[in-house]
Amino acid sequence: MLSSCNRYKNSIAKLLAGLAIVAFSAGFYGTQPSFGQESDAAAASSDKAAEPNQDASKDAPKKAAAKKPKTVFKVVYLGKKYPEPPPLTIAEDIVTDKGIQGARVGIDDNNRTGQFTGQEFELVEAIIPADGDIVAKAKEVLKDGDALIVADLEPKDLLAVADLPQAQGSVILNIRDSDDKLRQKQCRYNVFHIIPSWAMRADAVAQYLIVKKWPRWFLIKGKAPSDEAFAKATERSAKRFGGKIVEDRVYKFETGSRRLDSGHQQVQSQMALATQGAPEHDIIWVADTQDGFGEYLMYRSYTPRPVVGTQGMRPVAWDDSYTEYGGMAFQRALRDKAHRKAVERDYTAWLAIRAIGEATVRSGKTAVKDLRDYMLSDKYKVAGFKGEAMNFRSWNHQLRQPVLLAGQRTIVSVSPQEGFLHPKYLTDTLGFDERESLCEFKQK
Amino acid sequence: MKRFMLAAAAAALLGFSPSAFATTIFVSNEKDNTVTVIDADTLKVVATVPTHRRPRGIIKNPKNDELYVAAGDGDTIDVIDMKSLKITHELNSGPDPELMATSADGKIIYIANEDDSMATIMDVATGDVLAQVPVGVEPEGVGVSPDDKYTVITSESTSMAHVIDNDTNELIANVLVDTRPREAKFTADGKEVWVSSEVGGSISVIDTSDWTVKDTIRFEVEGVRPELLQPVGMDFIDGGKKLFVLLGPANRVAVIDTKTYEVEDYILVGQRPWHGELSPDGKLYYVANGLTNDLTVIDVESLKPIKSVPVGRLPWGVAVWEGKPDPDALKRNPPKQ
Repeated sequence: MLSSCNRYKNSIAKLLAGLAIVAFSAGFYGTQPSFGQESDAAAASSDKAAEPNQDASKDAPKKAAAKKPKTVFKVVYLGKKYPEPPPLTIAEDIVTDKGIQGARVGIDDNNRTGQFTGQEFELVEAIIPADGDIVAKAKEVLKDGDALIVADLEPKDLLAVADLPQAQGSVILNIRDSDDKLRQKQCRYNVFHIIPSWAMRADAVAQYLIVKKWPRWFLIKGKAPSDEAFAKATERSAKRFGGKIVEDRVYKFETGSRRLDSGHQQVQSQMALATQGAPEHDIIWVADTQDGFGEYLMYRSYTPRPVVGTQGMRPVAWDDSYTEYGGMAFQRALRDKAHRKAVERDYTAWLAIRAIGEATVRSGKTAVKDLRDYMLSDKYKVAGFKGEAMNFRSWNHQLRQPVLLAGQRTIVSVSPQEGFLHPKYLTDTLGFDERESLCEFKQK
Repeated sequence: MKRFMLAAAAAALLGFSPSAFATTIFVSNEKDNTVTVIDADTLKVVATVPTHRRPRGIIKNPKNDELYVAAGDGDTIDVIDMKSLKITHELNSGPDPELMATSADGKIIYIANEDDSMATIMDVATGDVLAQVPVGVEPEGVGVSPDDKYTVITSESTSMAHVIDNDTNELIANVLVDTRPREAKFTADGKEVWVSSEVGGSISVIDTSDWTVKDTIRFEVEGVRPELLQPVGMDFIDGGKKLFVLLGPANRVAVIDTKTYEVEDYILVGQRPWHGELSPDGKLYYVANGLTNDLTVIDVESLKPIKSVPVGRLPWGVAVWEGKPDPDALKRNPPKQ
């Protein structure tokens, strides 16, 4: 009795859904009725080699959503193969596919949900070589209108894409760059920041150090612009939370190759030298975004002090030792897909695609502009294994989120720390709060 | 757990006084790979039973002789004989089992495989897998309707309650609920299924006549950040008139009137309560506190916490049995300090 009644209602619902999708056809997305198995969710994934129980999951759309027309969402992964320094330690593999692998897992997750909601997500991988023309690629991506773009781009390229007239209605999710300027004076209305800013990262460490009563920080920084950016954020955090930078020192030695014969003797004496003569301090705060020397500071410094910052205890959105709040699911899915450990950019790419997935499922909208409005509304929230719903700050489109403090092999803590209060969101104690915001969106 | 309600009601009808029987509490300890065994009369830990890795979901079978303990990292379900405290056998659950529920006669077990986006339906006696139903990402909660016709499985990442027709083992409905749904519990009359959404911070009341959400219940506690109000475990108490909801990082148990859907009270317990269980007489409620490694005992009538018992590390789930393990069994499994 019950079930026959349900079947009736289901068929009505399917009919209505079909009508709605047929009625919508002028927008950016193509729609395709999927009567067969060819266009089922699993087939949309670009890499299903590691998908467990392939046969069984292929059955799902047939059973649960058979003959249901699907709305197809295209998500563009726009990236550039910038040269990246290899990890200083040979113990870390050189990873050349950071981010995109996480995006593929995200698409799989969205499609597993999509099989029940009549949605299909398609990943367009638009990754150009280091000397490629990102603006030309972006124009190609945008030729059909507004797009959903996961941006694995450095600030200059990100802004070049975001400022294209044809990109104004798009959603561009920054998964790569922590640059504070992108959240402040260089903010853009069409850019959403999934990855935490330098300010958020520095605040996350600072809160922990204040809780530990380790307020005296000896800052050592490299020469890269991003090192300076993180150092600047550290200064801001010190002021905000009552830390004191006892010295701000530039690391002067040349950084070298990761493999050195009899290298450790030299490194041992060099690091003691590099950290000698600083005023009394509780910790060494390192800003070495290029992984040139920071790893060497530990155990070799002139005075025995813990290391925090870009090495040592690191403020990150993801770490391969993190398993809480279901996080193991992502660790495993990434390993299955990429046959390597998950890195931070895999997580931010995954989260960017989940962020889009949530917007489509919850809003029921299909046009990019409508999805963008929904992502900025009070109703929007996305989960990302951090134990709380996350959403975007209205004043600079930064995703609010707890920040992990990762030790070398375990998670030390997660900030915000207890005791740091905020009238709205505890996570707004990390990074630029509304009253400090220098972001003025030109377009609304 | 609703089975307890029925059992308690039946016992009351037949004139049994449940307190005449010894009662035992079992708590799964996620980090210790053990089950803590507590004598409910003395509230003393009497034994610690080793399990496979990462035990979480823990339920008692309707026949009242075995415990099923889902060991996620062991990819198995340990079957523990409650008298001997021995793992008599394992159910080959498939990867990463988290929560499960049985049919009323105990013959079939429905298992959520967290990392595999599957629900496994198994014959308990033979261990044969009857079906594997693909559901959303990160399946977690499992609830079977009182008439055994439907099973509801929640999927945390997909944020849905998936309804399986138990005759055909096929999905008949997928209900979108708030973010990260955890548990699903049918009311005794089978007319509603309640689903807790951890990150969404709400309870969805689903009408089982058409599988739509008919009400959404939210929480509010002065001085507690809204994002910390994360409903996870739920149990109907007081003959189904009320619902206890365990609020995780808010360190509280909410009390909901199941007629009006109003939140009536909040009971302060230990840190991060996720799952609990009612005593056979319905007078006490036991809550496992994940971060404080203890069990809070709540008096159901006064809605007051009355005692706290230390258990293992990261206690997760609770099962309660009207019976007592053999003295030999206790000797073989001395309490771990």
